Amino acid sequence: MTGYRYVSHPGPVREDRRFVTGRGRYVADITPPGTLHVGLVTSPHPHARITGIDASEALAVDGVVTVLTGAELAKDTEPLRQYLNVPDVQWRPLAVEATRYAGEWVAAVVATSRAVAEDGAELVQVDYEPLPAVLDPERAAEPDAPLVHPAHGTNVMTHREFRWGDVAGGQARAAGSVRVRTRWNRNSTVPLETFGVVASWDRTRDVLDVWASIQMPQFPDQLAGALRLPGNQVRVHFDVDVGGSYGVKRGIKHGVLAGYLSRLLDAPVKLIEDRAENMHGGDFHGPDRIFDVALAYDADGTFTHLDIEVIDDEGAYPGRSPLQLAKPIGAIVGPYRIPSATYTATAVVTNKTGQVAVRGFGQSPTNYAIEAAVDAAARELGVDRLELRRRNFIRPEEFPYRIPSGTEYDSGDYPAVLDKAVGIADWLALEARRDELRAAGKLAGIGVATCLEPGGGNAIFENLMNPENDKTTFPEACRLRVDGGGAVTAVIAISSAGQAHDTMVATLAGEELGRDPATITVVRADSLTGMPSQSPVGSRMTIVLGRAVRGAAAELKAKLCAIAAHNLGTAPEEVAYDGGDVFVRGDPDRRLTWAELVAIAQRKQHLMPPGLQPGLETLYVAHTPRSGTLAEPDGTVQLYPCYSFEAHVVLAAIDPGTGKVELDRYFLAHDCGTVINPEVVRGMVYGGTAHGIGVALYEQFAYSDEGQPLTQSFMDYLLPSAHEVPPIVDAEHCTPSPYTSLGQKGAGEAGYMGAPAAVAGAVNDALAARGAPPVHALPIKPVDIWAALRAPGTEGDPA
Amino acid sequence: MGTRHEIELTLNGAPRTCVTEARTSLADLLRDGLGLTGTHLGCEHGVCGACTVLLDGEPVRSCIVLAAQADGCAVTTIEGVAGPDGRLSPVQEAFCQAHALQCGYCTPGMVLAAQALLDRTPHPERAEIDEALGGNICRCTGYVQIREAVELAAGEAGAR
Repeated sequence: MTGYRYVSHPGPVREDRRFVTGRGRYVADITPPGTLHVGLVTSPHPHARITGIDASEALAVDGVVTVLTGAELAKDTEPLRQYLNVPDVQWRPLAVEATRYAGEWVAAVVATSRAVAEDGAELVQVDYEPLPAVLDPERAAEPDAPLVHPAHGTNVMTHREFRWGDVAGGQARAAGSVRVRTRWNRNSTVPLETFGVVASWDRTRDVLDVWASIQMPQFPDQLAGALRLPGNQVRVHFDVDVGGSYGVKRGIKHGVLAGYLSRLLDAPVKLIEDRAENMHGGDFHGPDRIFDVALAYDADGTFTHLDIEVIDDEGAYPGRSPLQLAKPIGAIVGPYRIPSATYTATAVVTNKTGQVAVRGFGQSPTNYAIEAAVDAAARELGVDRLELRRRNFIRPEEFPYRIPSGTEYDSGDYPAVLDKAVGIADWLALEARRDELRAAGKLAGIGVATCLEPGGGNAIFENLMNPENDKTTFPEACRLRVDGGGAVTAVIAISSAGQAHDTMVATLAGEELGRDPATITVVRADSLTGMPSQSPVGSRMTIVLGRAVRGAAAELKAKLCAIAAHNLGTAPEEVAYDGGDVFVRGDPDRRLTWAELVAIAQRKQHLMPPGLQPGLETLYVAHTPRSGTLAEPDGTVQLYPCYSFEAHVVLAAIDPGTGKVELDRYFLAHDCGTVINPEVVRGMVYGGTAHGIGVALYEQFAYSDEGQPLTQSFMDYLLPSAHEVPPIVDAEHCTPSPYTSLGQKGAGEAGYMGAPAAVAGAVNDALAARGAPPVHALPIKPVDIWAALRAPGTEGDPA
Repeated sequence: MGTRHEIELTLNGAPRTCVTEARTSLADLLRDGLGLTGTHLGCEHGVCGACTVLLDGEPVRSCIVLAAQADGCAVTTIEGVAGPDGRLSPVQEAFCQAHALQCGYCTPGMVLAAQALLDRTPHPERAEIDEALGGNICRCTGYVQIREAVELAAGEAGAR
């Protein structure tokens, strides 16, 4: 990439040094003097009334300080935030009166060490009266289903029906259609670091200090609200390294519990989940969906209409998760030119652990459903999958392109990116390799997926799913300061979970100011000294924080220009900024250097233009680009500002005897516009792809019919290792966005957007070659393949 | 709680005597007792590999090794990998060069597992790398840059 001094150049990632030496500072590493530790008592029942809690034995253990029940906590705190209008659905850190899933936290034991807290937790006696449970989301939606929240009167949290474009026309033009029912089973991002929080109340200052492994918009506000504290008495520290998140690190209930206990006990309180608490009690599961998709096309295979019906199982406490049904509306037709669409979205609660935001916020399951339908249409039409996609792609010259649901895609070149993926895969060689595997007795198939990653997240889906919520502002901010010696510091107010934000901000600030990024320090303000920020969600930081960096740099440069013009005896519009110096246009020898300008701003009031503040410090709070408009009654709205694109090509080999899948080759072409740091972006692409491979083949939070979690540990919930993730070859393409400071788009969800669809497509291509039916439920387990190979009418049909 | 044991270790090259409860894991001793927080706990049941340390040069999961079992052993944690002057080891340098990490949580265990591999197999094949790292889960990177880093470190080690 040319044209930039620092941006897009391969360069070191400044965070890496501290991590390879073990000097990251994660929340578990923070232990203020006198810290007490929390252990949790969890429900063994999926649904039960709590009839009594006896903590006397626990309290007798040496080192146990107190035992807190849900009823006690509820007296002094507010329920946790719901984004739908469901006042009778009360979500609290500890269950009150009833538990609604196995693993739910019932009581907290506080002790002088975590080990003693666990000893105490084992001794708390809870009496339960089991209640009927509901596990299946479609069953939960039925009128006579057991109710998870009886006061609400139904398990259906929301049901929305949308129609966009000329639906009747699109359906009338169709010569045929395919219907696919896809199942995206319950999984999550499952970071290696569980959630943790340390809270420390200072009663002499009336401030609650909080360190947490957090990635959550409005965490400080919601924490203060639930604790009934004014916001200026909660100080969330953002200089905490987060050990992976990918969306889920939203431990509001953990924060409220620890914060309450710290105030109660006047001591620092630390709650670090163990893996079982994280997997079953943290409320950190992800989307759990059934899609019914109908894709209509004309005689040429041109798509005419797309219908998607989806039901999402939120678990027991919906929180923010139903909004994950709304974000995909911004890319509801994928990369395809489809003139009309209908979308029916239903969110239900069941007796499972709660759902939370997961990487892509509902987009990847939707992409999978769309791509499954496209592959089905190709099979039905007898058209090559690549050709069918190319035939229906939005063309490069059509951007900006408004899709029926109201969002305008910013830019893209989908045919070029697909060509690039096919090129690096060397398609003919890939087919030859597939045939070679088949000749050796394996099943083998090639999968293709082409899909979008919405970037620059705003929160307009809150308004889309709940018109009473009229929030349209979702900002990020950056403060730039230049000290008396001329050194630049950039201040941001977020925590990071591996996204290399220090590198990104230093690179962008360096580019904007023409200063070497290596000389720019990046620091994190806390929630009281910091600026408005919504945290790194929705692939938004390069876009929105990038806009804030540009704004702060522009103001800084304008101030330097004003100082220079005043001292060079000319007007500000007659001077130009050049890497820190300012010179007179048309007479470049008349200039003031960075050092001279800094000295004037910091120390020489007599040389400052009248009315200008001393010092060099600028703050810019940036709106998300293209935000600010409420949704129309039909649900049309500009969702995200930018749309990255990716094309996957993968070859899967399957052992016909065991049904075990091995990914033999993996290729991907990816376009996120201008890349800030190539090493960071390719890491995101690979990592998201590996995560998607896990979804496709291995990962599921499974439950028994009775509601007991069957995936109790990492022995059962299978995270892909180096054995399961093949070498991934990525080629980058750049179609700049016209709506961002340097043409950048989002990359935080890259790879994950299309890998589940591509891997499933490869397996199904392999099955189709044996005459077996496709599998449309993820993860595709060996048993599913084994069963498909023996389905009626296939070669392996036992009949 | 339980019996207490006095144990002697060679910790990152220096002799060290510690008192530990019988039930305390090596990971908890390192983190809570000795303040060596570079050893990270991911699953605490011996699957994810985040807590990997070297025990007499061999990678072990310190969450399922009792501290008392390390009596008389040499323990290497991530804090002992760089030189005393802070100079990074070739493996650490290679991890930085390849950007073989994101959140950094698995990184100490991954660096130590890679170190143990290269100590016994200076020029590993790709399959040997996957085998050596197969017990260390990384949720961020998809392993591509980690493999690159190990190959880079092997190349540099070979060049010396």
